[in-house]
Amino acid sequence: MRKIFIIASVAFAALTGVAQAEGVLPAKGISYSFEGPLGTFDRGQLQRGYKVYKEVCANCHSMKLMSFRNLSDKGGPEFTAEQVKALAATFTVKDGPNEDGEMFDRPGLPSDRFPSPFANDQAAKAANGGALPPDLSLITKARPGWYGTINQFFNGIGGPQYVYSVLTGYEEPDEEMAKLQPPGKSLNHYFAAGPWIGMPAPLSDDVVTYDDGTKATVDQMARDVSAFLAWTAEPKMEARKHLGFMTLLYLAVFTLMLYLVKKKIWAGVPH
Amino acid sequence: MSGHSNYQPTTRFGKWLHERLPIMELIQAQGMDFPTPRNLNYWWTFGGILATMLVVQILTGVVLAMHYTPHVDLAFNSVEHIMRDVNYGWLIRYMHANGASMFFIAVYIHIFRGMYYGSYKAPREVLWMIGVVIYLIMMATAFMGYVLPWGQMSFWGAKVITNLFSAIPFVGDAITTWLWGGFSIDNPTLNRFFSLHYLLPFVLAAAVGLHIWALHVPGNNNPTGISVKSSQDTLPFHPYYTMKDLFAIVAFLVFYMAWVFYSPNYLGHAINYDPANPLVTPAHIVPEWYYLPFYAILRAIPDKLGGVIAMFASILILFFLPWLDRSPLRSFKYRPLSRVFFWIFVVVCVILGFAGSGLPDNYFLSHHAAPADGGFHFTYKIVGQLATFWYFFHFLVIIPLVSKIERTEKAPASITEAVLAKAHDHAA
Amino acid sequence: MSTIEHTDVTRRDFIYIATGVVGAAGTALALWPFINQMNPDASVLALASVELDLAPIAEGQGITIKWRGNPVFVRHRTQAEIDAAKAVKTEELVDPLARNANVKESDPATDENRVVGGKEQYLIMMGVCTHLGCVPIGNDGDYAALVDNVKQGGWFCPCHGSHYDTAGRIRKGPAPQNLPVPVYSYLTDTKIKIG
Repeated sequence: MRKIFIIASVAFAALTGVAQAEGVLPAKGISYSFEGPLGTFDRGQLQRGYKVYKEVCANCHSMKLMSFRNLSDKGGPEFTAEQVKALAATFTVKDGPNEDGEMFDRPGLPSDRFPSPFANDQAAKAANGGALPPDLSLITKARPGWYGTINQFFNGIGGPQYVYSVLTGYEEPDEEMAKLQPPGKSLNHYFAAGPWIGMPAPLSDDVVTYDDGTKATVDQMARDVSAFLAWTAEPKMEARKHLGFMTLLYLAVFTLMLYLVKKKIWAGVPH
Repeated sequence: MSGHSNYQPTTRFGKWLHERLPIMELIQAQGMDFPTPRNLNYWWTFGGILATMLVVQILTGVVLAMHYTPHVDLAFNSVEHIMRDVNYGWLIRYMHANGASMFFIAVYIHIFRGMYYGSYKAPREVLWMIGVVIYLIMMATAFMGYVLPWGQMSFWGAKVITNLFSAIPFVGDAITTWLWGGFSIDNPTLNRFFSLHYLLPFVLAAAVGLHIWALHVPGNNNPTGISVKSSQDTLPFHPYYTMKDLFAIVAFLVFYMAWVFYSPNYLGHAINYDPANPLVTPAHIVPEWYYLPFYAILRAIPDKLGGVIAMFASILILFFLPWLDRSPLRSFKYRPLSRVFFWIFVVVCVILGFAGSGLPDNYFLSHHAAPADGGFHFTYKIVGQLATFWYFFHFLVIIPLVSKIERTEKAPASITEAVLAKAHDHAA
Repeated sequence: MSTIEHTDVTRRDFIYIATGVVGAAGTALALWPFINQMNPDASVLALASVELDLAPIAEGQGITIKWRGNPVFVRHRTQAEIDAAKAVKTEELVDPLARNANVKESDPATDENRVVGGKEQYLIMMGVCTHLGCVPIGNDGDYAALVDNVKQGGWFCPCHGSHYDTAGRIRKGPAPQNLPVPVYSYLTDTKIKIG
């Protein structure tokens, strides 16, 4: 089904003016468990994705809209409350002022937001060669992986695929490209403002060790962390799809009944 | 308000109330007994659908305002707080955001229905003009609502649209500064947009009251466009049209809820999930889909003031439609040439919508830039200009001319005759 | 008798009209606070001026700073950009006026009139497209200086396709005016104060 839509959407790829910039490739069309009207998140994948986020991404990227408590929410990675408590405690959080008017550090609590790696945007820029690492809370909803009115209607905007493609899309520039390479930038044709990206390739095989024994290849980690970021962007997705199913079922039955009522009332009345 | 009701209060309380406020009589006369042409088709149900959408938008909007904070530093996060923490907040916000689009889908169908069946013609000119006012209020309300989440497109959309006023000679800059409450879009702007976004729907509701009043004086038009001649032509509004409208409303809800639950962000812009940044313009600013035709008209005129005038004129011209159409017949059902031009006009409006969606110098429906060699290229801009020309040509030349010269088909003598002929066809 | 009646009527009319006028004037005056409250408030107007050191900006580099909520482009132009801007005759310009708050309003938009104090390498102007207020993109557009096929200077507004040249003058597209140059002055050789 998906293939047909992709073929159809190539034909209509341009049916909107908003489009990929020159020299930027559409995201790779990988599939996730949470696609479609009934798709749900893979808990194991979200838990692995969290690990990649924490050990790799969080060194530079903030996640300001998420709290540790969300990690045990229904429809998410569903860590246990104890696990979340332990996870939160591994972070240091600034609190205060105390009675002496001083700010102080304490271990994180489940109710705390994920702490940001930098004090402010300026500090983040200064530490990253002038490029601001964007907040990741909503990244899969804010960055389309592909364009086209019809394409996006059937395949979504491809946000998780965009993240996956950027993470796996690093290339060594050839001789021609190397001449154009700005200092400190890497070549990545999937980066929306590309092809030069300020973030050096963040993943390499076994940069994290998965607790469930899954082999930590770059491809696997990119899939897991992009799925995790799909959840952080839309944490109520499962509740939404579930309620949607019930609502549409009810409305369909009610519509049918109203149609019969209407038909009965109008029977024998020429109109 | 036409027609006498035969309302007789039956209870003691009913009598008591009737002597003090005859509201039950009004409800019975205007809401139940009201004589309605028996041949209204499903295109006529969109009035009821629109009333429903207004109620949905006010209800969800009031609830959202309980959790939203209109401050530049907090607005974006408070919307995400609604999405993440508030009980069913995600549902209410998605209903409100998609509800706006549904409202516009329904209003466009409603407007085109009025155009096709000549519902703007005498004696319904005032009804039609109040409708145009309602549409203008809708546009203003939706525009200010889109600013409130304070994402990138919120900010830049607001900047582009408010800057339209700077095109006014001499006082333009003073007006924009006044609208903004500063030298750029900032906290004062967000605050006042929130205030007005909350107010305008109630103004809209009042205008809807007038719209219904103006409807109930001449009564409904109908697909034949022939006036009601006898009581045979009509049916009481209740239960015939209450139940038909209710069925259509719930069927529309299926469509609406499918968006809310399964594609809640499709009709928005991804970039609006990036917080507003006054120093970085997104690569491509486009308004919501329902403004795109007007955006295309704005961009079609190479002069700033000219573009702004053309855009406002394209809406204001609707006020004059009742007098541009000179035909003695209302419905295009019996006006073959008008019918052809009606559908051409619908297509032109859709083309305008696409023309407003792309970068002006790209080839139409493509994301490749046309070379800047001064030659002719089939770009978004050119298509927008051609379609803009046709838009005005339709109103200013085609409608007056065609309505005068066209050979109309023979219309039935009455609604009843038309209905019986149709029933006969069915039987045969 | 009739004369008296006549004056009576006039006098009565006069008091009606006068009362109406006084009432209308009072209403209009009472409306003014409600209209004027939307104008920039004291805290907005009090926004301080901005000081900036130009020395760290290398030739061919530009920075964007925020002043009164709007971006200001500060660019250290290359010789190629200055030459390109000077080669344009003012008759060719869409907007022949300098739009520089530091020169006379009627001055022509020569390259000299787009900068202050003869320091032609530093171009300082509002980064707000005069069409509909977007922020134009630097080193872009059809009127940038071309050096080794790389665009230097010049601005292109992504919203509706306005092209500005290396002196920030509108050359093509819907924008009606050159990018305005705000009031600024040199405090030292490389330090400026905007506003």
